Amino acid sequence: MLATKVIMDQGIHVEGINFFTGFCVEGHTHAIRKKDKEKQKRNNSLWVAEQLGIKLHIIDISEDYKDIVLNPKHGYGQNLNPCLDCKIFMVNQAKAWAFMEENGFDFIITGEVIGQRPKSQRLETMPIIARESGAEDRLLRPLCAKHLPPTVPEREGWVDREKLFDFHGRNRKPQMALANELGIDEYSQPAGGCCFLTDEHYSRKLADLWDARGERRYEVDDIMLLKVGRHIRPANNFKVIISREEGENNFLSGYKREFTTIKCLSHPGPLALVDGNPSDSDLELAARLVARYGKARSADKATLQIEPKGGEGFVIEVAPYPAEEIPEEWYV
Amino acid sequence: MTEQATHQLNTRRLLCPLPVIRTQEKIRELQPGDILEVTCTDPGALHDIPAWCRVHGHTVLGSRQDDLDIIITIRVEE
Ligand code: SF4
Repeated sequence: MLATKVIMDQGIHVEGINFFTGFCVEGHTHAIRKKDKEKQKRNNSLWVAEQLGIKLHIIDISEDYKDIVLNPKHGYGQNLNPCLDCKIFMVNQAKAWAFMEENGFDFIITGEVIGQRPKSQRLETMPIIARESGAEDRLLRPLCAKHLPPTVPEREGWVDREKLFDFHGRNRKPQMALANELGIDEYSQPAGGCCFLTDEHYSRKLADLWDARGERRYEVDDIMLLKVGRHIRPANNFKVIISREEGENNFLSGYKREFTTIKCLSHPGPLALVDGNPSDSDLELAARLVARYGKARSADKATLQIEPKGGEGFVIEVAPYPAEEIPEEWYV
Repeated sequence: MTEQATHQLNTRRLLCPLPVIRTQEKIRELQPGDILEVTCTDPGALHDIPAWCRVHGHTVLGSRQDDLDIIITIRVEE
């Protein structure tokens, strides 16, 4: 937001690009979980674009992004976040979009600040991003430009380098002060909280998925489902995803055709999906788990409906799994 | 609503920002004056699609709820 405003104030036309990777925190989780419904559901980048009065293009890169998550050349951060490769890829995609003839932009800006993120925003990574994205010296970082060699827009005089900044490090005070000066009162800059890949629990669920499948691959639906429900894996060949509330129930019911589903008939209870290749006895175990998470939890018996993927539905009577007997390691 | 939709877009089950992305892609194919009706199920779209329209200068003519569906009507501008 700040970087854009700084450039706009030099009389330059700026438009925003926001990428959808499939791992974005915004929107999804808030939309799914009912308890979050009261929260402001705004899309942060659209909100920023509106404040700035610029167009924002949201681009779906979720398919091509898989390769970044699966094979990051520069490795992962603390969790499964391939931040450096991700930035290179996004700048590359931004470049491809911006320099297309019909869009006709001359250069790209990012809000990066040297030293703000320990791994991906360092003095050494700045030229790597510029080079490997192919943007080279048409990539300008207005907030820390004075620490970097002049780029094309500066050399050509499109942008006045003197009016750019030399921010560095994790201290955000100078940026806050600039925001104030520019009249930006609600200053929004997410501190790494915009992507599920930085989340430890989420990364664990993703790693579990790869382990269980014996190969590192995913579909966009897989990574959406990792954001929802309670995930319990009693064995390598199957996992049960149990909804935690009504919003998740609605969301999971959208997957009825692609997964085996389980729902309690005798008592109110959640909807569950079974992922993998469960045997009949696995399904019975899954049904006992699902019963445990509904009103049947203290009953001796519960009746559940199982709709196997692509098969005939049937009704089963089971004893709900006693909560204290569910092994800790089953919880993903 | 007086204006009749000339185009439809179904984004049911998709979660934000996908309904916005699909709307953006669809509008790119349309002409100024066309009326697009977007059907979605993610309540977040009720906020995001109008916000996207505002930043791109398209007009939201209205929105209504029909059971689980949310229907947003947009007039494509220049
Ligand atoms: S936090 Fe996520 S979106 Fe941001 S750079 Fe890292 S991997 Fe990419």
